[in-house]
Order: sequence, then structure tokens, then C-alpha cells
Amino acid sequence: MAKVSHTKRSSIIPENSSDYSVSDNVIIDNNNNNNNNKSVEDDSNNENNNVTHKEQDVDRKHRYVSKRRDDDPGWVEEVPPYYFLFTTYFSYLVLICFGHIRDFFGKRFRSNNYQHLKEQNGYAPLNSDFDNFYVRRLKLRINDCFNRPVTGVPGRKITLLERETKDYCKTFQLTGKTKECLNLSSYNYLGFAQADGPCADAVEQVVRKYGISMCSPRLEVGTSDLHLQVESLVARFVGKKAAMIISMGYATNSTTLPALVSKGCLIISDEFNHSSLVFGSRLSGAFIRVFKHNNMEDLESLLKECISQGQPRTHRPWKKILLLVEGIYSMEGSICNLPKIIELKRKYKFYLYVDEAHSIGALGPRGRGVCDYYGVDPEDVDIMMGTFTKSFGAAGGYIAANQDVIDHLRIINHSSIYAESITPLVLQQIYTSMSIIMGEDGTNEGQSRLEHLAFNARYLSTNLRRLGFIIYGDRDSPIIPLLLFNPAKIPAFSRECLKRNMAVVVVAYPATPMISSRARFCISAAHTRQDLDEILKTCNEIGDILQLKLSNNPKKLTIEEVLKYGEHGL
Amino acid sequence: MSLKNVNYVESGISMTLKARCWRLRAFMTKHHRNKEFKMDNTAYPALNELFVFLNTTLTNISIFYSRIPGSGILLKYIKNSHQNDPFRTVLEVMLLVFGIIYLYKNKYRTDNSFIELTPKEIEDLVEEWQPDPLLPKITEEQKRELDKVPIINGSTGPRVKLMNGKTVMNLGNFDFLGFSINEHLKEKAIETLRHYGVGSCGPPGFYGTIDVHTEFERTLSEFLGTEGTILYSQGFSTIGSAIPSFCKRGDIIVADEGCNFAIQKGIQISRSSIKWYKHNDMKDLEKILQKIKDEDIETGRRLTRRFIVTEGIFENYGDISPLPKLIELKKKFKYRLILDETFSIGTLGKRGAGLTDYFDVNPQEVDMIVGSMCHALHSSGGFCSGSFEITDYQRISGPAYVFSAALPAMLAVCATESLLHLSRNPYLPATILSNTKSFKNALSHVKYIKVEGSLDSPIFHLRLNDDVIKVDSSDEKDKLLQEIVDEAMNNGILLTRAKYLRSQEIFDVEPSIRICITASFTKKEIEKAASTIKNVVNKVLKNKIR
Repeated sequence: MAKVSHTKRSSIIPENSSDYSVSDNVIIDNNNNNNNNKSVEDDSNNENNNVTHKEQDVDRKHRYVSKRRDDDPGWVEEVPPYYFLFTTYFSYLVLICFGHIRDFFGKRFRSNNYQHLKEQNGYAPLNSDFDNFYVRRLKLRINDCFNRPVTGVPGRKITLLERETKDYCKTFQLTGKTKECLNLSSYNYLGFAQADGPCADAVEQVVRKYGISMCSPRLEVGTSDLHLQVESLVARFVGKKAAMIISMGYATNSTTLPALVSKGCLIISDEFNHSSLVFGSRLSGAFIRVFKHNNMEDLESLLKECISQGQPRTHRPWKKILLLVEGIYSMEGSICNLPKIIELKRKYKFYLYVDEAHSIGALGPRGRGVCDYYGVDPEDVDIMMGTFTKSFGAAGGYIAANQDVIDHLRIINHSSIYAESITPLVLQQIYTSMSIIMGEDGTNEGQSRLEHLAFNARYLSTNLRRLGFIIYGDRDSPIIPLLLFNPAKIPAFSRECLKRNMAVVVVAYPATPMISSRARFCISAAHTRQDLDEILKTCNEIGDILQLKLSNNPKKLTIEEVLKYGEHGL
Repeated sequence: MSLKNVNYVESGISMTLKARCWRLRAFMTKHHRNKEFKMDNTAYPALNELFVFLNTTLTNISIFYSRIPGSGILLKYIKNSHQNDPFRTVLEVMLLVFGIIYLYKNKYRTDNSFIELTPKEIEDLVEEWQPDPLLPKITEEQKRELDKVPIINGSTGPRVKLMNGKTVMNLGNFDFLGFSINEHLKEKAIETLRHYGVGSCGPPGFYGTIDVHTEFERTLSEFLGTEGTILYSQGFSTIGSAIPSFCKRGDIIVADEGCNFAIQKGIQISRSSIKWYKHNDMKDLEKILQKIKDEDIETGRRLTRRFIVTEGIFENYGDISPLPKLIELKKKFKYRLILDETFSIGTLGKRGAGLTDYFDVNPQEVDMIVGSMCHALHSSGGFCSGSFEITDYQRISGPAYVFSAALPAMLAVCATESLLHLSRNPYLPATILSNTKSFKNALSHVKYIKVEGSLDSPIFHLRLNDDVIKVDSSDEKDKLLQEIVDEAMNNGILLTRAKYLRSQEIFDVEPSIRICITASFTKKEIEKAASTIKNVVNKVLKNKIR
């Protein structure tokens, strides 16, 4: 855990003096604007013009360029007051004890309910008592917060299907009613999850022309001209010579890593890397070492140790070393320290694999991911991987690298040989959304989406911090984790949000460390300024009810102040 | 006596110490008396003062000590553990000392082979180390293979247009029911697009469970006759995720040697102990199961989960598993059966409901039916069907389900529609069957090749007949088969070699051309295609006779 140094912490706090002086000026500006507007408003003829003018004005302010700034504090893991650490551990202790007591009596008096954990007629139980304890005793009661069924487009709003339970969350029945909530859960960063607009229109055309599925792996008869077109566009987009597309994001990692490394190679992996990277690493047969999250000193000392010691026992030198990092970590909202990694790469000669599942499209002035964000040449990254599920509103993933590597990967990647090739309709969604981001459709729609997203992310994460919540992650990350700590607050936060028509994701152990359960907001370019203020108000309200404002930031702002001055000092 | 002036403190420690002091004094008195010294308080004023000093200090310490909360408990503990046996105390003290030393000791490594190096040496080693290239440039042969991959211009289907403008008959893709030319399916897809968009933008656990997914799961469960189904977003990853969610270290998997690559990878990642039985050889399977049972009795090991893993129609051989025998064995030896029905769903059985339908076995006898929707169902994604216990557990433990975005709604709807379409048109599997039979009949008299696969299976492999053809290495065979594929293409038929990642397949697979027969051809077309292929094979292999 990176403890916050004092200097760093102080920079999180909005520097009040300068902040307010700036904001005062702007307030005056605002007043001037308002006055101007008023005078224009008097001219009733120009009312329409005025509205568009006003919209443009709002639109202009509602923008930001996603680019690394020197004053960004980076990923900071703030520690709550000890009281909350203690109560969190204590709560888990109580829950676990209580669970065991229930098990003890349950197994004796209601053994029918525990049949599935016992040996049945010569068959070992499908899941072991111990593995199942967490699910049975901790997760079951809050099952209503997970796997909520939805319908329709996961855009700015999401439509939940209401469900009820009669047996304490063991089973659910749909009530037939729906509930429209503000969507803070989908990875719809650039708002391309749409049922209309250019993407959907193009997809419709493609369905008519190309049909639905290719029904074959890429290397057999599953390649169409569309595949090649999209692959070359992706390569151009990420700034690499070549790219290949795989029909599932998870499989992109889990089937490519075994093609890249094997026995005698070393994988160095960040401790918070996604399950697909872990799965792929394990499949590859390479030796795996883990370094502390985003901790460059730890990485360097690990590199020194691994290279100097060589392979375990034999001390033969490693064939190659592959470093696996993610652009944005999906649970932490942190952005990898790419410039430093590239500096290390030059010295230690490892190969770099960056998983941009969340960062592609969501970071950088041009949306080209974490390289663009830091202004790093993509040539310095050996393998760039990303998915289309998120920013592009499609599915599947890509691997981009130089031509030789991609050619080789096409031949030896499990997915291209054995798995179905990606469907044309998904390809078209990728193609159109990517062209829009690149501005190749002739509009600046893409640019405006990028800037809206950057603003929304920065605005929300900064202002939640100002309200006194403990927020992990970088300021520019569209994933904003709000720390809840106590286990009882996990379902409480989710249910309170749902009551207020907000769909949020709550995550707890084992997806996070036991202590730091969290709610995770995923911000989209589709969210308007009003939505963000609505979120801030709701969070503020729930934060007071659930006692979530645990930050030791001494200069907390009230909700009124935040709503008034929120966009200054971002 | 000055000693009496000291306040007595009702504290254990002071009492003990005081007792010691008294004992010391008594000893000294005795000593002096023996030497015929007269005991007097004034005889040794210095000594007396020392006693007084000692006693007051000790008393003060004990008063101070008694004020520390919890001190009594500690004292009691020490007294209890001492029990008038100094050895016990010595042992306790040694333990304490050991504990302290252990705590303050430098961290040590469990890895014995670690070598301490100086910073200079480390720097040199880092400087010297040169990695292998990430991936070497592909060889000429690999490049040729890449170039040979056919690129379809537009839609796939029974007849496809290639990039060179040629339209060919497609015997390579898995669209067994011919749904690629079904306009209704496309309309449904577009309708869904206008309601749901394309992407699901999230994993199923986090608002990615769309109603159309549940709809598909329900429809498929009904179709197969199982309790429940779970939907994955890629066919290939399904079994690779379903196996490790149940099979852990210590469990036993008995699998067919002919299993496809996805199963092999799933088994590998599960870290269970694995036994392979000879391809489709039930005697061998029984032998292995019996052997494990004997070992169980011999070693008395704990009962762990046991699984038999096999395929319905084998992707690599085109033959069919003897399901009734498998079920008999599984019941006899108490194993659970995982059946990969990727190629048999939609193609086998009267209703097209796969292997259980084909053998008329109750589907609930099979514990897990795994399949893919990118074959007969003409969509994308995969599924695992079985009891609720099986499917629900995967919703929290199947890595490719939990950590991956859900399937796009359009594809789920297409799969549902395909299923419904299949139920409405029950003649489709029979059409595939009759097409397959005519094709195989026409091809059975070619002596250069073997047609591998069951008569009822719509996929089968053409492999070189080693008795007749004088080629030994796999690469050479691949080359020959590719020639057949190329020549067939010139004659208007799109074939494909079955592609394998030879370096990673556990068992060698003979090179082959995999042919898939679909319901969208007429008998005439099929016969014509078969005779074309016959001619092509004869032409290419004529000169290679042994």
C-alpha cells in the first residue's frame, strides 16, 4: 500500500486561497454572462439563438482535455480513521462468527439445507464447504445488489427490471415493473451504447449485407473483408503497424499470453491485474512474479532480482521477461505510470504488454489510450491490448504490435485457430465508433465526446473528494471508486442509490482487499452536467446517512459550495 | 526495626521479594551466630541500610507495578507457570527470548538457491542479459499458410464470394442449419439493435444481465430438457472456464484423448490430476476408472470430485461418443459427466437437441452440457447447461463469465430465434443427415484418403491413407492437403484444413481437411460437390502413391 506522503496529500485538497480567488473571478464572469444573457433575453426575438448560445456556453465549460498534468497526485490510497478500520475488521469478525454459529446449528437441525455440501451417495460435494462459506454466509444476503437484470440500452440511463425475493435473496422473481436509473455502472465511456445514430444505422446495413455470424475460426473460413478493414483501422488508431481482433475481450488476454511466453520465460505482473491476464499467465506455463500496485521502486528491485538470479534453481538466464500492466485498473481507477515503466524497459530490456481494456478511448487528448495521455510514443510499448466492450460500445478485443509479431500471433494464438471469429455486426460498431472518435466521419462529434468524458471524470472525482469522500484512483480516470469500508455499508449504499434512481456497482472482497470495499462509478460522456450534480447531491445525502465522508482532508466543502464552485480548480 | 516501618503492600510481588529479604537476613544472622558474633542491629550499619534501601526500592517498584492495569493477571500467570519449578520458568524465558530473536531476525528466503550478489554484480548481470526476440519473424511456410486463409467478401453462407470475385460452395463453415441465409433472423437482429444497441457494456454481475440473455437461457434449457443454462460470451472460452470452476487441485478428471483444444486448456488450468483414456474406447475408460477405484481403496484417500470429460461429436475426429455406455460407467463409478456438445447441438437427434436426443437419454443424466452458439445456432457465444446448482455456481466462479462483458443482446436474440426456428422446422437435422450420408457414400471409394467420422455426424475429416500415400511428416501432409484445398477452390468448392496448434496439442492429431455438411444444400449439389472433391483428390494424390 502506498502510504500518502504529507506533501502529496495536501495537493489533493483544493488550494483554497488560489481556488477561491480563481472562482471569484469566474463568478464575476458568470454574472457578466448572466447580465449579457438577460439583456439578450429582453430581445424576445432572439430567444432561440440565445438558448443555443447558452447551450454552447455550457458545452464549452463542460469540456476538458485528458492529459497528464504535473500537479496530478496520481494514485493515492488514503487511509480512513482507525475507528473505521477497526469496525470493518470487527464487522467481518462478527459476520464470520455468526455464519459459523448458523452453520453449526443448521447442519444439525436443518441438515436438508446443507445436503449440497455433503457427500451424496458416493459423489463428493460440487463445491467445498470452506469455499462456499463466503458465498453462503456473506454474499447471499446482499445478492440483490448483484446481477440485477436490465433491459434496453445501457446508455446514460439504464432500465432495471424490478425483482423481489421471498426467501431472503436465495431466489428472485421479476415483478414485471421496470425502473429507469441513472447509469453509473456500464463501461459506456464515450456513450456509444446507442440504439440509434450513425453506429446503429451502420450496423443495420451490415446485418443486411454480411449476416450475423461467420460460423468459423479466423484461420479457417471465418475471415471477411470487414475483418481486415477494421483491423487496419484499429492499428492506425492505436498507432501500431498491425492489429488483430479476437471475439472476446477476456479471451484476448487469456489466449494471447500463452502464445507470447512459455516455460523459461518470466511474467512480471501488477498485483491488481485483471483475472484474464492472470488466467492467461497461468496457461502460458511461464514463471510469474508479482509487484506491488503501480509501485515503480518495487518493480525495479524485482527486476534486478529476477534478472540477476535467473531462473529458479538452475539460474539460467530468462528467455524473455514480459511485464503486464493495465492502462487503467478497473477496480482502483489508477493509471499506470507508463513513462517510468518505459524508462525501466530501456534499462532492463523486458517486453511491455499494456492492457488498455479501460483506457482505450477513455484517456488521452485524442482518446488513443494511455500512451496518448502521457504523450508517449506507442512504439515504445511492445504489445497493446484493448477491448471494444467499453468505449466503443461493442464487444471483443484487439492486440496491436508490429507486423512480425501480429503475423506470428495470428498463426499461434488459440483464438484465431480454435475460437469463433468476431461477428460482422460487432465489427461495424467498432468501425463506426472508432471513425467517429478519429474524426473521420467529418464531424467533431468524437472530439466533443472525448472532452465531455474527460470533464465528467475530472469533475466528479474532484468534487467527491471535496465533499470528503475517500476516492481512489487518478483524477482523469473515468472509473471512480468511492470507498465504503464497513461491510454493512456495501448493500446499504447500493440500495440507497437504487432508491434514488441511481444504478451503481458495489464491489467487495474477494474482488478488492477485505478492508477496502467500494462503490465504483463509471462515468460516461453521455452524462450531462445536471446528471453529475445529481450524483453529487445523492452521494452527499447518502454519505451523511452512512457516514462515508471519512477523508482527512481538512478543507471539506459543503454540497452547496461544491455545486457552486465545482468546476473551478479541476 | 526500620524494616517494619515499611508499608506492607498487598501485592504478590512485594510479598515474595520481602520474603526473600527476610530469608537473606535470617541467613546472615545465623551465619554471624555461628561465628559467635553477637547479633545486633548496630553491628553492621552499612549492611542494614542496604537492606532498608533494597526493601524500600522493591516495595516502591511493587506498588508501581500493582498500579499497572492487568498486572495481577500477568503475575498470576507467571506464578502458575512457575509452580515452584525453576525449570519451567527457564523454559518460558527461553521461549520468550526465542520469540524476540525471531521477530527481530532479518527476513530469510524459502528459496534455498538464492545467491547474494553485490550491487555491482547485479548491475553487470542486468547489463549482460539479452532477451530472446518477443516473437521471431514467421517462416516462409507460416507466411504461406497465412496467405492461404480465404477472405470472404460479404456474408458467409452456403455459397460465398471470395475477394478474387469467385463464388464458391462453402463446405468449411459450421452453419449446419443454414441460418446464414435466414432473413427472419436478420430482421430480428435489427429489431433488437433498435432496442438494445450493440454492446452490453458490462459483465453480467454488474448490470450486464439483459433480459434477452435470461430469455435465451430459458429457451435453451427447455429445448435441451435441463434445469438451467448459463450463457458465456465466447464458445471457445466456455469449457475452459466451466471446467476450472468445479475442478480444483486434488480432484480427478478422466478425459478422452481425442478431446479438443479448449477442453485440454480447461483441464490444464484446473490443476486437477488428469487421466486420459483412449479415444472413444469404453473398455479403456472402465479400466482406468477401476484402477482409480483400486488406488482409492489402497491409499484410503479422501473422496474428491471426479469428472469424465468428453465430446458429443469430436471436433478432431467427427465421431460420436457412446453416451449410454458413458452414463452407465459414470453411475457405476460415481463420476460426473461433462459433455462438450459444441458440434452436436442442432445437428444430432430427431429434434436436433444433441447427443442426449440422439441416444434418447434423459439429459439430466449428463451433469454438464457445454456448447457453442457460433455453430448450428448461427450466432456467437457459448453456454453450459445442467442443474441449477451447476449453473448458479458458475455465475460466481466461472472466470470467463464473471470477468467478461456479457454477450451483445443481438447475438443472444439470434441464438434464441435460431432455437425457435429449429423447433418449428424439425426436418432440418434430418436434412443434414441425409446430405451427410449422400456425401460420404460418394466419397467412400477414394483409395487415397480415409473419411473419418461417424456416418451420422455432419463434420468429418479427410485424412491421407498412409497405406497408399508415401508421405510421413505432418508438415508434408499439411502441404499435400493444402494442395487439395487449393485445387478444390479452383473447382468452385471452399474447403479448409482443420487448423491445429501442434506445439500445444497434448496428443498428435493427424493433418486433415474438415468438411462440414449443412442443411442448405440440395442432394444434387452435395453429390456434385462430392464428385468434384473425388476428382481433385485423385488428381493431386495420383503421383504420391507409395
